[in-house]
Amino acid sequence: MSRVVQSWGRYPAISQQTVVDVSDRRQALPDIAGLMLPHGNGRSYGDSCLNEGGVLLRTRNMDRYIRFDAASGQLECEAGLLLSDILDLVVPQGWFLPVTPGTKFVTVGGAIANDVHGKNHHVTGTFGQHVLSLELLRSDGSRIVCGPQRQTEWFAATVGGLGLTGLITQATLQLRRIAGAWMSTESHRFEDLDGFFRLSERSASDHEYTVAWIDCAGKDRSLGRGIFTCANHAPACPDARPSAPGRRLGVPFSPPFSLINPLSLKAFNSLYFHRQRASVVQATTHYEPYFYPLDSIADWNRIYGPHGFMQYQCVVPPSDAKACIEHLLKTIASAGEGSFLAVLKQFGDRVSPGMLSFPRPGTTLALDFPNRGDQTLRLLETLDDIVAEAGGAVYPAKDARMAGRRFRQYFPTWEDFSHFIDPRFSSSFWRRVTE
Amino acid sequence: MHRVIIIGATSAIAEATARRYAARGARLYLIARRAQRLEDLAQDLKIRGAADVAFGTLDVNHHAAHVDAFAKAWSWLEKVDVVLIAHGTLPDQSECERSADHAVSEFNTNGTATISLMTIAATELEAQRHGVLAVISSVAGDRGRQSNYLYGAAKAAVSTFASGMRQRLAKVGVTVITIKPGFVDTPMTQHFQKGALWAKPDAIARGIVRAVDRRRSVIYLPWFWSIIMLIIRHIPEPIFKRIKL
Repeated sequence: MSRVVQSWGRYPAISQQTVVDVSDRRQALPDIAGLMLPHGNGRSYGDSCLNEGGVLLRTRNMDRYIRFDAASGQLECEAGLLLSDILDLVVPQGWFLPVTPGTKFVTVGGAIANDVHGKNHHVTGTFGQHVLSLELLRSDGSRIVCGPQRQTEWFAATVGGLGLTGLITQATLQLRRIAGAWMSTESHRFEDLDGFFRLSERSASDHEYTVAWIDCAGKDRSLGRGIFTCANHAPACPDARPSAPGRRLGVPFSPPFSLINPLSLKAFNSLYFHRQRASVVQATTHYEPYFYPLDSIADWNRIYGPHGFMQYQCVVPPSDAKACIEHLLKTIASAGEGSFLAVLKQFGDRVSPGMLSFPRPGTTLALDFPNRGDQTLRLLETLDDIVAEAGGAVYPAKDARMAGRRFRQYFPTWEDFSHFIDPRFSSSFWRRVTE
Repeated sequence: MHRVIIIGATSAIAEATARRYAARGARLYLIARRAQRLEDLAQDLKIRGAADVAFGTLDVNHHAAHVDAFAKAWSWLEKVDVVLIAHGTLPDQSECERSADHAVSEFNTNGTATISLMTIAATELEAQRHGVLAVISSVAGDRGRQSNYLYGAAKAAVSTFASGMRQRLAKVGVTVITIKPGFVDTPMTQHFQKGALWAKPDAIARGIVRAVDRRRSVIYLPWFWSIIMLIIRHIPEPIFKRIKL
């Protein structure tokens, strides 16, 4: 039963874990030795979904719908259901996920346990803020039904609780209305960080979705240039035919070395920036390529080669966000590292109830780095210094390396939270940052 | 519209198949042991698009209840397009070697019960002069191998029985399909180390639905098992008995 299970970053490689499928939400947890951890679709990047020496409770087979009210948009389902399945069901009926991360291949339970956010954070907050209730199965056999109005302390611990408070078996979500599957998008080129902050402020009130891609290979004058996109769900467009589901491309195997290196990076970033000639481009796009551009390439994480990659996502407070982001970008550019998709976004003020929720008011920056060992780890340590000094935080769902003291500084409620951890549950991440 | 009866409806392959029929707007009648599981499943399938779903409980080893179980299903659906027999267990071969009782009981679940269910379904389908009877056998039934020959023997009985029934019912326009899956990643096989030959239940379900649509006779799922089993069937016995499979 022991097998190699990797997280999305393919780093760290951990093989000593037992994998047990959980498919019946009404059954008790398996009677098995070792510390347990729920494992959904394994899209967390680092070790928060891994459990070295312990047991992974794989939930992908616990994926039944329980109730869907097409009039109110309330959906009750088991926690192993993928967001992609939900979209297939509800979009034709005029509903959409209230919050979606950059991939639809995550489970409902995983979305809650990491309290994921999307491009509309400044309007809607996090995924957990749209959960009306959930059921938590504890190792002592008890079941706790909690929500924003019921057993609120358990709800606060479980939303963003990294799967440690017990197994989420089912949840009720409030979906949001849409007129159709299409998005009205606008892309703006910006030359520097000032441009990004100006565009963010200008579009925050009339665009539900905003995000920017930033050229992280650019130095000096081109530092902080990028493309800002904002979007809304389009009104019903009867002319727009539903797009045929395109053929899904894939990366069939992992190349012997990372295809992402300083040379390819610089070329890609420059091309991507100059692809858009006009300073503003408007378009109508199907929601899939808009929200999930990388989902169309199966196993894209393989391009980073056998050593995998590390994702780094931080948030810094609004007060000196600009100076701080500039500092981070300069540090990355001068190290000659960086990624295809460096993403910058302004978080809003809607604070999640989750005790360990990552999103908070400020600016968030996300990038991935091919794993080059010590060199990469040292760079990320330096970034941590900058983020910690600014009073920011790093996202546990994407982390495989942050120092324990940094985590405890970023999430000062961790000790209060730890009282809610199920005594039979743990994760590689949790042991790494707290022991 | 499809009207479908599924026996062993809570098994992973059956559930995946039911979802595919639900997405087509089928009317489904589910049969399995546990009422609660069936109720959860029915709820799920309705949300996934099934026109309607009903269910009945049955322990397949209680042969006396088979006629009644089908009668209820038939009266609810009125006419039936597809009967899928998908129940099964994966016996512990070494336990079957130690205990004759265990061996016989596992044979009954995977072989005798299936033959009883097929016989009753065939009578109904023959009277309708319409429909498909699809039964999940296994590649294990193609040749007895030391690692699971009790299971293989039961599945061989099912395959042979289905072959004869196919000839008999072809005359009245009823199709009998023998489905032979290879390794499938389900709760039944949870404790196996999975390699490249393993398929997901949904891939098998897609093959089953396609085989029913095309009125096939015998299909291996995924298709490459037909080649693997062709080779395994042709290994001469003097060599076969010396190798480990």
